[in-house]
Amino acid sequence: MTLDTVKHAAGTPDAPQPWAELGLKENEYEQIREILGRRPTGAELAMYSVMWSEHCSYKSSKVHLKQFGEKAPASEAMLVGIGEQAGVVDVGQGYAVTFKVESHNHPSYVEPYQGAATGIGGIVRDIIAMGARPVAVMDPLRFGAADHPDTRRVLPGVVAGIGGYGNCLGLPNIGGEVVFDACYQGNPLVNALCVGVMKHEDIHLAKASGVGNKVILYGARTGGDGIGGASILASETFDSTKPSKRPAVQVGDPFQEKLLIECTLEAFAEELVVGIQDLGAAGLSCATSELASNGTGGMRVELDDVPLRDTTLSPEEILMSESQERMCAVVEPSKVDRFLAICEKWDVTATVIGEVTDGDRLEIFWHGEQIVDVPPRTVAHDGPVYERPMARPDWLDALRADAAEALARPQDGDALRAQVLRLVGSPNQADKSWITAQYDRYVLGNTVLSQPEDSGMIRVDEETNLGVAVSTDGNGRYAKLDPYAGAQLALAESYRNVAATGAKPLAVTDCLNFPSPEDPAGMWQFAEACRGLADACQVLGTPVTGGNVSLYNQTGDVAIHPTPVVGVLGVIDDVTRRTPMAFAEEGQLLYLLGDTREELGGSAWSQVVHDHLGGRPPAVDLERERLLAEILISASRDGMIDAAHDLSDGGLVQAVVESCLRGGAGARLVTPDGLDPFVFLFSESQGRAVVSVPRSEELRFTDMCGARGLPATRIGVVDGDAVELQGQFSLPLGELRSVWEATIPDLFA
Amino acid sequence: MTTRIGVVTFPGSLDDADALRAVRIAGGEPVTLWHRDTDLHQVDAVVLPGGFSYGDYLRCGAIARFSPVMGTVIEQARAGMPVLGICNGFQVLCESHLLPGALTRNDHLHFVCRDQRLTVENADTAWTRDYSAGQEITVPLKNGEGGYVADERTLDELEAEGRVVVRYLDGNPNGSRRDIAGITNAAGNVVGLMPHPEHAVETLTGPTTEGLPFFTSVLKQLVNA
Repeated sequence: MTLDTVKHAAGTPDAPQPWAELGLKENEYEQIREILGRRPTGAELAMYSVMWSEHCSYKSSKVHLKQFGEKAPASEAMLVGIGEQAGVVDVGQGYAVTFKVESHNHPSYVEPYQGAATGIGGIVRDIIAMGARPVAVMDPLRFGAADHPDTRRVLPGVVAGIGGYGNCLGLPNIGGEVVFDACYQGNPLVNALCVGVMKHEDIHLAKASGVGNKVILYGARTGGDGIGGASILASETFDSTKPSKRPAVQVGDPFQEKLLIECTLEAFAEELVVGIQDLGAAGLSCATSELASNGTGGMRVELDDVPLRDTTLSPEEILMSESQERMCAVVEPSKVDRFLAICEKWDVTATVIGEVTDGDRLEIFWHGEQIVDVPPRTVAHDGPVYERPMARPDWLDALRADAAEALARPQDGDALRAQVLRLVGSPNQADKSWITAQYDRYVLGNTVLSQPEDSGMIRVDEETNLGVAVSTDGNGRYAKLDPYAGAQLALAESYRNVAATGAKPLAVTDCLNFPSPEDPAGMWQFAEACRGLADACQVLGTPVTGGNVSLYNQTGDVAIHPTPVVGVLGVIDDVTRRTPMAFAEEGQLLYLLGDTREELGGSAWSQVVHDHLGGRPPAVDLERERLLAEILISASRDGMIDAAHDLSDGGLVQAVVESCLRGGAGARLVTPDGLDPFVFLFSESQGRAVVSVPRSEELRFTDMCGARGLPATRIGVVDGDAVELQGQFSLPLGELRSVWEATIPDLFA
Repeated sequence: MTTRIGVVTFPGSLDDADALRAVRIAGGEPVTLWHRDTDLHQVDAVVLPGGFSYGDYLRCGAIARFSPVMGTVIEQARAGMPVLGICNGFQVLCESHLLPGALTRNDHLHFVCRDQRLTVENADTAWTRDYSAGQEITVPLKNGEGGYVADERTLDELEAEGRVVVRYLDGNPNGSRRDIAGITNAAGNVVGLMPHPEHAVETLTGPTTEGLPFFTSVLKQLVNA
């Protein structure tokens, strides 16, 4: 077969090309021909096809995502904003923190272990590419029905993959979520978040500048795995009539990644790096075009110099391969030897594959012949942008009319008791330690809080006790009922969780998991969620620093609930002041902060007891969330509370049960005046938390709440070894614990 | 003069910084040792930390045993230098034949991370003198291949000679024979265990501070020697 060189392409304008098989649409192929003034070579077509995929180009989401920049609240904490590999936030004392959440949904359904493992690998490389040392990971996960046979295939593989990769990398896994819902049966959501820490002066950006600087590819050798991962896997819906997509999933090597972290950070420390980029989706196509596009534009690459695992790979395959654990650095010629020496110290393969040129073209050569000659911006940044048609779903009004408040309720104490037990033992509310025990939460020795606490917390400085807290949350049921409110509720919950541990929320990362953008209803949901999140970030003063969009989470006609997952990062000046969730001290007073209304739409109760989804989600009140957060942070700093737990899915009773089981102490509760016991227990009204107050602090605490206008209602006392609601029921902790702990092991062990 | 305790960093070591921190909190001078370096830089004792040494795609610790640093560590350990192997370090000590037996995949086939109760059975080793025999402690346990195995005769010998240093309490987390969590050599200077005492040295980050005596024990032993 003749090599499809630039010269050959120019001379054979009518040669048929497999643009459709590579996932391009006809208009996109025409656009490429227009840009180049000829047909693309096979290698160029491969590059455009992966870089213009939905996954890499954000072509359907871009027009909506730009609100996150336009509406971003002014924040002194932002050092690097949206658009870089990960945003960077100032946390004081000269430290900066970078964090980002990404999806690895489609690969994890096809091959759960490797899909989830390489999801961790990819997000960790994004963080080191910013110059930061990764310090923790978290995994928000969503699976199909807990008792569905395929969930038994997907969940254990995903969990083992996250553990197998993250544990071997030496990063504590400090939180996340595990949610079950039949809507995720064919499209589980496997999101991964990584947090990294650096000093301000160590921030690095991905760009290639400086003519003559060398382009060094280092890390694993390039193999045939993950070819087309971004285009044919992550940017299409699943379809049972098509062949298996397993070869499009990458295979991870966490040991190689650990070496990559150490040698990259050592090279940064010696100031050897001009620009850097990790190789993730779209592999070398992405790294070379983005580095060149972000720099002055010119780059020449000798593809023959790429170290290969499989020498039979074609140039197109080399450019598209998503082999893991690879990075690309731009290094001044005088520093190349030192850079290579550091790689050698860590047994990392490193090869000069090209250099920065003074032109504005990305040129790639193979066997001495030119196979790519493109303006890199057209590959990396100026891809197609679509304003896809949107339509409010025609089923929405009927769904909203079916209010959960009308469902049959328990009529006496015994019935309440039985429903509390059902809730606590339901897969979504049950103990997740069978899963989280497979993750190392101790490594690095700075984990102050980890799951099941409201947020994970990491000590950043051992001398000053400066720390950061991170939480991720999302509720697809709320978002299905109202995507605008659903996105805001995800943010509100995550924000509340960070504040509940005593940290001040600073910034947001988001993973927007949605159905096909080619369905107007799905596109409408996406647009509404973006608008909701951007508006809410503005009110709460927490800018979106970056994140990821995952579309096409749909199998045939079955779409997932729209699921915006929101991560919030907070800072705490002194981690020894943190607030844990456990009720442990007998005699302490329990206060419910916030207002409880009759709000059951999308609630855990409606799902568990009635298998129902309808009505409206709980009302959003962002000013109230902000006030609640201020109270929780002040109370933590001034030692007024010993424990706090946010109220979210499952309502008050779920929160109290979790805090009691965590601390091994019971609670005697009294229904507040004016509230119905059922609403008191199960309502999911927002802007609420339950706190445990030492008697000596009661007056100070209630005075503070009163002065600032936050309703604080005394609802009981930490006491005994049961959760008791006066006049209604008593549930011994032992009985609660056995129900709560049994569910997940019974399903998956 | 402070006592110098070396912590070896293999390329896949993960808990090396934690072991260095524990040495510092105990009052020793932590010294970083590199796997390619045969020189132990005048340390008085060595800790082999947790992690995945060279990726451990083969048997855990099987390659680390042949690293340049281990040549010297093995030689010095035979001459009486205190050596503590934690988790992967324990696996390396078994592969190096400084300790008998081997660590196999957890019987339930899952990685497990939990706060583990233990009994300190032997408080006469270089690393456990600050405990009292029979003392119960809780420290983190985190491993995928922590099942201790040896033939019956070796197990009987370990028991008879009092060389079981720590034993699991409240349930065996990984299928270890006779609930063995850690053992020592006959001389008492080399100790290996699967649980992680270096993660129980601060109330802020650990479940307890009951792992600290491993590190204070060796400092006292060296000062008194």
